[in-house]
Amino acid sequence: MNALTPPQYARTYRYDEIDREFLQERIAEFRGQVERRLAGELTEDEFKPLRLMNGLYLQLHAYMLRVAIPYGLLNSAQLRQLGKIARRWDRGFGHFTTRQNIQFNWTKLEDVPAMLEALAEVDMHAIQTSGNCIRNTTTDEYAGASPDEVVDPRVYAEILRQWSTLHPEFTWLPRKFKIAITGAPHDRVAAQVHDVGVLAKRNERGEVGFEVHAGGGLGRTPIIARKLRDWVPEAEFLAYMEAVLRVYNALGQRDNIYKARIKILVRDLGDEFTQMVEREYERMPRDKYRLDPEIVAAIAAHFAPPPFAALDDQPLPEDPEFRQWAEASVRAHKKPGYASVTISLKPIGGIPGDASAEQMEAVADLAERHSFGEIRVTHVQNLVLPHVRQEDLHALWQGLRAAGLATPNIGLISDIIACPGMDYCALATARSIPIAQRISERFASLDRQHDIGECFINISGCINACGHHHVAHIGILGVDKRGEEVYQITLGGSATNDAAIGELIGPAFSYDAVVDAVETLITTYIAHRAAGERFIDTYRRIGVMPFKDALYAPA
Amino acid sequence: MSTKAKARPATAPVVFTANRLRDGRVVWFGAEGTWRDRIDGTTPFAPAAAEEGLALAQQGERDQQVVGVYAVEVDPAGPTPLKFRERLRVQGPSVAAEAA
Ligand code: HEM
Ligand code: SF4
Repeated sequence: MNALTPPQYARTYRYDEIDREFLQERIAEFRGQVERRLAGELTEDEFKPLRLMNGLYLQLHAYMLRVAIPYGLLNSAQLRQLGKIARRWDRGFGHFTTRQNIQFNWTKLEDVPAMLEALAEVDMHAIQTSGNCIRNTTTDEYAGASPDEVVDPRVYAEILRQWSTLHPEFTWLPRKFKIAITGAPHDRVAAQVHDVGVLAKRNERGEVGFEVHAGGGLGRTPIIARKLRDWVPEAEFLAYMEAVLRVYNALGQRDNIYKARIKILVRDLGDEFTQMVEREYERMPRDKYRLDPEIVAAIAAHFAPPPFAALDDQPLPEDPEFRQWAEASVRAHKKPGYASVTISLKPIGGIPGDASAEQMEAVADLAERHSFGEIRVTHVQNLVLPHVRQEDLHALWQGLRAAGLATPNIGLISDIIACPGMDYCALATARSIPIAQRISERFASLDRQHDIGECFINISGCINACGHHHVAHIGILGVDKRGEEVYQITLGGSATNDAAIGELIGPAFSYDAVVDAVETLITTYIAHRAAGERFIDTYRRIGVMPFKDALYAPA
Repeated sequence: MSTKAKARPATAPVVFTANRLRDGRVVWFGAEGTWRDRIDGTTPFAPAAAEEGLALAQQGERDQQVVGVYAVEVDPAGPTPLKFRERLRVQGPSVAAEAA
């Protein structure tokens, strides 16, 4: 495993021998199950729950393997290995998702055991990426780098991972359970639309504590989470999380899949839910769940800062093309002389979140050269190199450009979130990827995109809302109308501190008309915007009517 | 993904589709009685024979060849599925990077 062992300073959590043995046992077990399935000894009804426990779905055109990327952190060796898997067992691509994971869309059942072995070589797996368990916890892609960070969320995301992995009480919850955690006051993780959203913060004495929200979610019934507690002390974190999960586990509606998520329970019970969690928490043997400072310190050691050099901030080179990219992609770092770089996986006309094997390898190399071998996956389906020397930015940009990864559109209208939709997903009612491609082509001019400014478009191919359309400035939902795809538009959603569910603007648009409709929304915004206003600001100021009138006025 | 035996009565000719167990690829089944990679040239079952066809197709599940059998209404020319979703199943993803 030596060649693949991450360098000393690549800050992903390092497995120990017990973790590795466990993975090997799981792979051997699944290899046996696949063999028995192929030999006809297991029926599909018997096999389906087993494959799902190992991240293997059956989609429209093939099996799909969903690989967990714990809280979106990768090192170069891992990303290179994902590239190798894409080339060897898929069609040379992988698809990064809004849950900071990666999916392989052309998996063959007979290849899966070998794919899992290749993942295990770099301490990765596909466990708990499906089913009614606690899924991968997501966190801030700028963790450990952002100037506004108060607490490093990776430490607690890892604690949650260890707590929730194979937790005997929580492998059969009423429904899947998704946690997001941030340690910065600016919410970059969409905390309020998760089953549980956690904001790690500090009190006046500098102690760590957690603000806990529960019952947020998207899907058929979008709901903004309810704040349960303003402050849970660090030592009580797991006890409190356990209490939330226990109340949900006991009372969640197992008999109705549409009402089984925690959001329905929290919505229906309101403050009573908060009180029930408090009572459960009071009753628990809290010593058993105490999070000792030594444990926190031991885990925090895995995320110690890389060996930053003492540098000063640098002026950027004059090159205008580079400047345009830097303006969109480069973000301030807490260390002088460093910066964080977001790599767009949204080339104009491309598939949001797709990366080729060569691109994965190129990013792995560039991360090794310029970012201590660290890469992050963002919930907007881009990648981040968290710690880049400012003096290296120009060279990095050239490297990214050579790999087709330097589109300067981060946060702009073509930086679209799109779920796989009907091109891949068996549950879809319409396609989403080609809508994203056509919008991005329509707004191809980068000067125009920069003029429009920040604008989030999210697209889902069915009501499950994997593409987060409810919380987009402009949300697009594809639905089936008598066998044809049509698209509903919502306006005014937000996924950050001012979280809001977008408002449905009116009747749906055809596949052909939906891009024109988006353009009409944008021209309406441009016509009404005051100086410095983003799309969402103008929308909030003038309301929905001017947009409605522009879209539906008789010609 | 075993087949749900509900299904409203077919009003158009049908073929059957499923995913091949071994590699997950989409396959098609017509009156010829074998699973094929392509829909082209399969002979649809008349609406009245759809149930009989389903029983034949489901044998593929019992033989552990295929997974998730279901009926697809078609225009016999081609044949071509009437619904968009199955037309995509025939063509593969509509997105260029990964054409089938
Ligand atoms: C590949 C097949 C997929 C299937 C079968 C699937 C299934 C579902 C279902 C059934 C829901 C609704 C859950 C509920 O309301 O209880 C859901 C929600 C969601 N999925 Fe997916 N999904 C798929 C792909 C994806 C992908 C690719 C992503 C990331 C890009 C994703 C991220 C999410 C998110 C963020 C939600 C909404 C939040 C939530 O309610 O959990 N899913 N998915
Ligand atoms: S939103 Fe619907 S179409 Fe899109 S990935 Fe989720 S389940 Fe599939």
